[in-house]
Amino acid sequence: MDLILPDFGLLVWTGLVFSLLMFLLAKFAWKPILNAVNTREQKISEALELAEKTKVEMQALKAENDQILKEARAERDQILKEAKEAALGMVEDAKGKAKDEAAKIVESARQTINSEKAAAMAELKNHVASLSLEIAEKVVRQELSSDDKQKALATQLAGEIKMN
Amino acid sequence: MQQAGKFSSLLQIIVFALSFFVFQPFAKAAEEENFNVGEMIMHHIKDAHEWHITGPEHGGTSVYLPVILHDNGFKFFSSKYFYHGKEVTVTSKDSLTLHYMEGVGPAKGYALYHEEIYKLNNEGVLHFEGEHPHNASPTDLSVTKNVASLLLGSLLILVIMLTVAGFYRKNGAVAPKGLAKFLEPIIVMVRDDIAKANIDKHKYHKYVPYLLTIFFFIWINNMLGLIPIIPGGANLTGNITITLFLAFCTLLVTVFSGNKNYWGHIFWMPGIPVPMKIFMIPIELIGIFTKPFALMIRLFANITAGHIIVLALISIIFINKNIAWAGLSVPMALFISVLEILVAFLQGFLFAMLSALFIGAAVEEAHH
Repeated sequence: MDLILPDFGLLVWTGLVFSLLMFLLAKFAWKPILNAVNTREQKISEALELAEKTKVEMQALKAENDQILKEARAERDQILKEAKEAALGMVEDAKGKAKDEAAKIVESARQTINSEKAAAMAELKNHVASLSLEIAEKVVRQELSSDDKQKALATQLAGEIKMN
Repeated sequence: MQQAGKFSSLLQIIVFALSFFVFQPFAKAAEEENFNVGEMIMHHIKDAHEWHITGPEHGGTSVYLPVILHDNGFKFFSSKYFYHGKEVTVTSKDSLTLHYMEGVGPAKGYALYHEEIYKLNNEGVLHFEGEHPHNASPTDLSVTKNVASLLLGSLLILVIMLTVAGFYRKNGAVAPKGLAKFLEPIIVMVRDDIAKANIDKHKYHKYVPYLLTIFFFIWINNMLGLIPIIPGGANLTGNITITLFLAFCTLLVTVFSGNKNYWGHIFWMPGIPVPMKIFMIPIELIGIFTKPFALMIRLFANITAGHIIVLALISIIFINKNIAWAGLSVPMALFISVLEILVAFLQGFLFAMLSALFIGAAVEEAHH
């Protein structure tokens, strides 16, 4: 029967010891342990949050980088295109100019040649005239060196005139 | 042939030595009286003024615990003055033969009968009516086996938890190591699965220290009770006084935490007709007490039953008076002991869990 009857002495001791244990544990054990665990849990959740945030930021940064890269690439292409066009234009220009210049040079050369030719022709004419004169003179002189000859000529000439 | 001879003589020595250890206590027990299993088990699961280690009940090896009596002032003396006192055999009116120990030395004037201390009457004897003495009892505040076990268990919990707290104090909020690593998941389990799961999430913080204390108190003392020799083996958490006190603590916490909604449900149950409301009042009032009462009985019965089963299984050997029965009784006792390790944890968990459930019901806000 005394198995299921509470014992006064043990009850007193239990009350005393359990209350003291509860007080000491609550103050010196549970408080620091739970504080540390809570602090750590908070730290971990904060770190996780930060990681998540960083991830999102990284993604945004990456997207931004991609955008910049894309833009840079487009710009580069644009520049290259323009440069190519400019170069082509310059070449075309240069070609045109060169052609013009060449044409000009050819033209002036032709003019020079023409004028030279004219001058040469004039000179040649003069020369030929004087040569003709000389030749005529020499021929005349030859022809007229004897009286016979002078007579023949005059006859011939007279013949010619007659014919006319 | 020679070798076989040597071997058989060695075997003889071993058998002789074994028989000396095994049958020695038996021989004595047989001399005194027949082995009474029920008495032995009851003796073990009840409180005592000594911490018995080995040998017969009287005159064996024991740690004699201090006796503290309040009887016109405090009296302190060792319980050996009872156990090594004068054994008195009386025959009561109903012709029952009863034994009690009369105190000697500082224990003079008192007698120990079934671990209860009585004052001797004017004739210097205990006066029996049936099996119970009618003598007056002094207030017994002795450090009994259970009190010693209580002190030891509490000290152990304190040392363990202060070590863990010391780790965090020294290292800050870092990942736990050593003892802290082992205990932190259990502490977090009590906080999250017991307190947070059953009590309103804005109010549970306040109750976590109580639930932690009650859980570790029951668990560690249950485990100490499973150790068969000193400093374990006391049936502390299977003692009705302890479970009564713990259940009473839960009752107090519940009653003092009760809010308007809780008392409203007890004294004027909403949602039912008025006659039923009146009818429900006594039922709900009784309900306040039956819940912790169930806690008290559950812990007491579970732990006491565990001790009884292990002892009963071991006793099979002594009932049959044959060592061969150990082949059956030892594996069975081992199995139950291992099961009891689970039960030790489970009962602590259940006690804390149900306490949290009752507290949770007491602080719950009205349903939306």
